[in-house]
Amino acid sequence: MNLFDSFKDPELCRSVLDKIRSELRGELRFMEVCGTHTVSIFRSGIRSLLPDSVKHLSGPGCPVCVTHDREVAAFLELAARDDVIVATFGDLMRVPGPDRATLKAAQAEGARVRIVYSPFDALQLAVNNPTEKVVFLGVGFETTAPTVAATVRMAAEQGVSNFSVLSFHKLVPPALQALVDDDELRVQAFLLPGHVSTIIGIEPYRFLAEERNLPAVVGGFEPLDILQALLLFVRQHNDGAPAVVNNYKRAVADAGNPKAVSVMHEVFTTGDALWRGIGTIPDSGLSFSESFRAFDAREVFSLDLPDVRELPGCRCGDVLKGKIRPDQCPLFKKACTPASPVGPCMVSTEGSCAAYYKYQL
Amino acid sequence: MCLAVPMQVKEIDDNMARVEVGGTVQHVRLDLVSEKPELGDYVIVHAGFALQRLDREEALETLKLFQEGLDIELV
Repeated sequence: MNLFDSFKDPELCRSVLDKIRSELRGELRFMEVCGTHTVSIFRSGIRSLLPDSVKHLSGPGCPVCVTHDREVAAFLELAARDDVIVATFGDLMRVPGPDRATLKAAQAEGARVRIVYSPFDALQLAVNNPTEKVVFLGVGFETTAPTVAATVRMAAEQGVSNFSVLSFHKLVPPALQALVDDDELRVQAFLLPGHVSTIIGIEPYRFLAEERNLPAVVGGFEPLDILQALLLFVRQHNDGAPAVVNNYKRAVADAGNPKAVSVMHEVFTTGDALWRGIGTIPDSGLSFSESFRAFDAREVFSLDLPDVRELPGCRCGDVLKGKIRPDQCPLFKKACTPASPVGPCMVSTEGSCAAYYKYQL
Repeated sequence: MCLAVPMQVKEIDDNMARVEVGGTVQHVRLDLVSEKPELGDYVIVHAGFALQRLDREEALETLKLFQEGLDIELV
């Protein structure tokens, strides 16, 4: 058996599942905060194999889903400019902004919007089009932010002056803090995001166990990784000994990736950020540090976040906080479907509404 | 969006690597990895950058923690 394939092995999964079943006492409500976990839990069939007493909640783990309406409005404002080429990850193309306008629709009407796979490709676009202004839409968590930071640093080294980034990056630990500060949250354990942790390590999560008595496990994305994390929750729960555990050691060093963190903090500083459904969370975003301000699209184009009317009826915010299931939203599968999404949780393939629609029905 | 894919390093040229998984080939940047990978290593790839080298020994340890009598060898 190939070593890495073992984490998909049905027999190994079954044996861990049996242990969960036999050792679990009472109910276990766990939340994951990573869109890739959301999809993996649905697609692998784990959800249907778990005992009814294990409740799965999807938290604010999809960067597209937590992008605020006002941030989407800023994307659209940039795309409407004649002097700008907008470069973006494909995920953002169909996210509805005010009046359900999208980048995709703007592109169809002539706006110059290009999908790129890497922020580095956006920089290349700027180098290849020296008379145009290229703006990369910086959306993503700690996994993505270092790749954007490294690209900005390259732009500075190469003296590329027609490249800038609209940084709406967000940080996971402050969002977890905001979640656990909400008295209505009834989560007993957190499955922590694997690839965010590859960058930041496990230290930033300590408060979950130490201050809140919540078990928290950094887990990988294969079925066995997820089941092992659940078994660890059950055992910590039974023993009354919550801890933050790194169970994805093949990809996550306890100290994270210091090189990536250092590039991220060289280019960006932390500041408040707007999260859809949650509001402003202190120190949960990344804005440009003084030395790299020349690459800040907000400064270059004097952009303010436009005021917008919230999407009527959409309960993405309550879904993101685990307060309701996607099918409890009045729009779900009626006005809001993957083909015609109202809220971002239905747009992104990693959104909980989209996953629920695709796998649960 | 934090989807990151383990890919095998086939060729290294300065700060770039040619990586492959299941027949898909990509060229990724090595600016962010704290430990430079070697040929044959697996790296986690996200948005055109390698983020981390995958550690085989740690993978085996994680498997053994939960499973007795596992017949898996490091290859």
